Amino acid sequence: MPAADHVSVKSNGTKELSSPQTKKELLRFIICGSVDDGKSTLLGRLLCDSGTVPEDQFEEAGTASRVHGTQGDDVDLALLVDGLQAEREQGITIDVAWRHFETNRRRFIAIDTPGHEQYTRNMVVGATAADLALILVDVRKGILTQTRRHSHIASLMGIRHVILAVNKMDLVGHNAAMFQTISDDYKSFASELKFQDVAAVPISALTGENVCSVCGGIPWYDGPTVLELLETTESHRDNAACGFRLPVQWINRPNPDFRGFSGTVASGSIKRGMPVVVCPSGHTSCVRRIVGPSSDLENAVAGQSVTLVLGDEIDVSRGDMIAAAGSPPNTTDHFAAHLIWLDTQPMLPERQYLARFASACAIARISDLTHRIDVNSLNQLAAKTLEMNEIGYCKISLDRRVPFDPYIENRQTGSFVLIDRFTNATVGAGLIGFALRRGGNVIWQEMKVDKSLRAAAIGQKPCVIWLTGLSGAGKSTIADLLEQKLHALGMHTYLLDGDNLRHGLNRDLGFTDPDRVENIRRVAEVAKLMIDAGLIVIVSFISPFRSERQFARSLLEDGEFLEIFIDAPLSVCEERDPKGLYAKARSGKLLNFTGIDSSYERPECPELHIDTTKLPADEAADAIVRTLKTLR
Amino acid sequence: MREVAAGFQKPVMLYSVGKDSAVMLHLALKAFAPGKPPFPLLHIDTTWKFREMIRFRDEIAERKGFQLIVHVNRDGLERGINPFSHDSVAYTKVMKTEALKQALSNHGFDAALGGARRDEEKSRAKERVFSFRSSEQRWDPRNQRPELWNIYNTQIAPGENVRVFPLSNWTELDVWNYIDREGIPLASLYFAAMRPVVKRAGLHVVVDDDRFPLEPGETPKEMMVRFRTLGCYPLTGAIVSDAATVPEIIMELQRSRISERQGRAIDKDQAGSMEKKKQEGYF
Repeated sequence: MPAADHVSVKSNGTKELSSPQTKKELLRFIICGSVDDGKSTLLGRLLCDSGTVPEDQFEEAGTASRVHGTQGDDVDLALLVDGLQAEREQGITIDVAWRHFETNRRRFIAIDTPGHEQYTRNMVVGATAADLALILVDVRKGILTQTRRHSHIASLMGIRHVILAVNKMDLVGHNAAMFQTISDDYKSFASELKFQDVAAVPISALTGENVCSVCGGIPWYDGPTVLELLETTESHRDNAACGFRLPVQWINRPNPDFRGFSGTVASGSIKRGMPVVVCPSGHTSCVRRIVGPSSDLENAVAGQSVTLVLGDEIDVSRGDMIAAAGSPPNTTDHFAAHLIWLDTQPMLPERQYLARFASACAIARISDLTHRIDVNSLNQLAAKTLEMNEIGYCKISLDRRVPFDPYIENRQTGSFVLIDRFTNATVGAGLIGFALRRGGNVIWQEMKVDKSLRAAAIGQKPCVIWLTGLSGAGKSTIADLLEQKLHALGMHTYLLDGDNLRHGLNRDLGFTDPDRVENIRRVAEVAKLMIDAGLIVIVSFISPFRSERQFARSLLEDGEFLEIFIDAPLSVCEERDPKGLYAKARSGKLLNFTGIDSSYERPECPELHIDTTKLPADEAADAIVRTLKTLR
Repeated sequence: MREVAAGFQKPVMLYSVGKDSAVMLHLALKAFAPGKPPFPLLHIDTTWKFREMIRFRDEIAERKGFQLIVHVNRDGLERGINPFSHDSVAYTKVMKTEALKQALSNHGFDAALGGARRDEEKSRAKERVFSFRSSEQRWDPRNQRPELWNIYNTQIAPGENVRVFPLSNWTELDVWNYIDREGIPLASLYFAAMRPVVKRAGLHVVVDDDRFPLEPGETPKEMMVRFRTLGCYPLTGAIVSDAATVPEIIMELQRSRISERQGRAIDKDQAGSMEKKKQEGYF
């Protein structure tokens, strides 16, 4: 981003032109607090008193004030910043807004984040970009749950500077003791967090007291105003400690003679001729050319976008990281991380998610949720899942090795997001702690007799026939008939039945969503072993979630997995009710029953769809045998 | 931009001929240098753009070696939709929003790069850098994907697409300083000159061709004016100015207390105007 370094605005609103030579620093800060603490008003005050609000927008806010405002005929400053109509109507800030303003000393981007609990994830988003947190407290209410939560998120996300603005001092007669209590309470709470400094300021956003200037209402406070603190707090983040990092974004190959690797330098600096290592491959080379946007460069530093040409012909692809040879990043497929859950669907351990790192991409699985963190007490609680807005500490396994640095050392190369593989929603934000060594200790043992040899010995092509559907749809009956028919044809088969496995292998699992995910993971792994043994495996499980059926498919080779949807409407299944389970579930004696109080996700494109209200079980089994024959 | 090129099947860059587009074009050339940007340019032509914009557009595309796709909503044109006899809400919907949707779906583009900035207008302040659109091209401000660090979620289902705004965190002044520093060529409409002007609803409207229906007794007056933004000439107000060079414009901006889109009629035609247009699929 270019620096707009010509203009400056004095904090009293008058403008003067500064010399075009002075380059002003940029500070990004997040402004957060609870509903009604006066966040938007404070931001409106900062924008207004620094002279950043254009006249026409000010007039428009004036018009809107008379419709939605709460300040009589005065302009409601919050309306300057609450952009979306829904916010105007409800009087709360929903999304993240980015506001620019500047003073003689600095340029600012104020990141305005939601106070309401259901939008906490937006605060997390804001915090990832911020160097400082401006935390607002209503002097009459003191420190609330939300204040603690926001402080913890800010600390976790690597923000080291905090300004605690104690607002609405005018409503308590500028009471010094009340301010002191809140300030002391907060500092004692924050001492357990990782902040470098916390400054408390008594303010009134409405009157402007101690925001940009001192109005004389609080003579007992002689410290700096909020704006002075914003102007003087140290703003740079030190990522350089871990050395040069360039996540490769794009392979630049305009012609056969040029092959460069483009990306933005995430940390450190590079010089022409410097030795580098490519991760995860570990190949080493040196930098032959640093190609800038218009010409070759001698060196490049963090934040610059460059294309590197290496001295040797080595294989580099998008997702790799080019790093200083002397201080390479870690490379792992198993690590511990803090995870902040952003989605309404809870996090399920063992489910597969897509993980995106600085530029690499991998399939991730949360192998263990170590604990959840109570944001009020910072206590560690036992947990099986994470709901939206919850923070947990987990172990995560990937399907490949990726380069990373611990988040505490490098925010850019130590972070990742998790994406749901079906909805494509961004569901989790992760901060990497350290690599786990498990991956290094368990080594795959190569065997001489393999799947194809075993299959050849019994003369068949192994596969999994996966029957999914509601309880009572007819899976067990059809599975039984199918196995008899295949057996009669001389096939070597095995039938894995949901109920039967729950008597043994899966005895420890219940019917909650996380247990259902683990249930299917085990069955899929067992089926894979049986395929390896050369068998035709019939799996008869409700298997309600698409993700897990997709997981089972992904374990096998193409053509080895046949998804058969045994379909009957819920009303029919309930009427059949062969095991009396629907009656129990309806009367509340059985919880988490699929179709009643636990969901079933219908297959989108199964290899075969059987409607058991139209096709008798015996014909259904024949249809599956025919499908099996045509597919091979 | 490289993230878009690497993460999507068929990206395109929206080119409006304005200063933000000029900066985008310049950045695209830089991002892929010494290679060429792997996407074409798309211009939504309402047929009511300034004549000079069209000349400038064709010249730049040719000089920089971009493939240029120009899309006009033929259906709207045949229905005679124009900014004089239709109000600006209906006109914008048909000739810009609908036209853009047609162009994106006809060509099957799954990512469209645009030059919108968060400082332009209040609802844009909340826009994501990678902004997800449903297969009906709608924007749902309550259901936006969180964006963390510089990691962008480029996963979409077939038929869905994203709008990408690399200049999100730039300000108007950043844009001008960058144009100054890099010497980026612009349409001369940005620079002050004597132009024929009539006053309509508080806007200084420049009469660009003889399709402009003058009221009885109305005669265009020659005035020294320039534009802060470029759009359809009957809907874009000029400002009285004598800033004829980039440094003069920067000086003028520093003294200005009026926001950039103030001359744009379409921002003010309904309450929450831009937010509604964006939900329908306007850029």
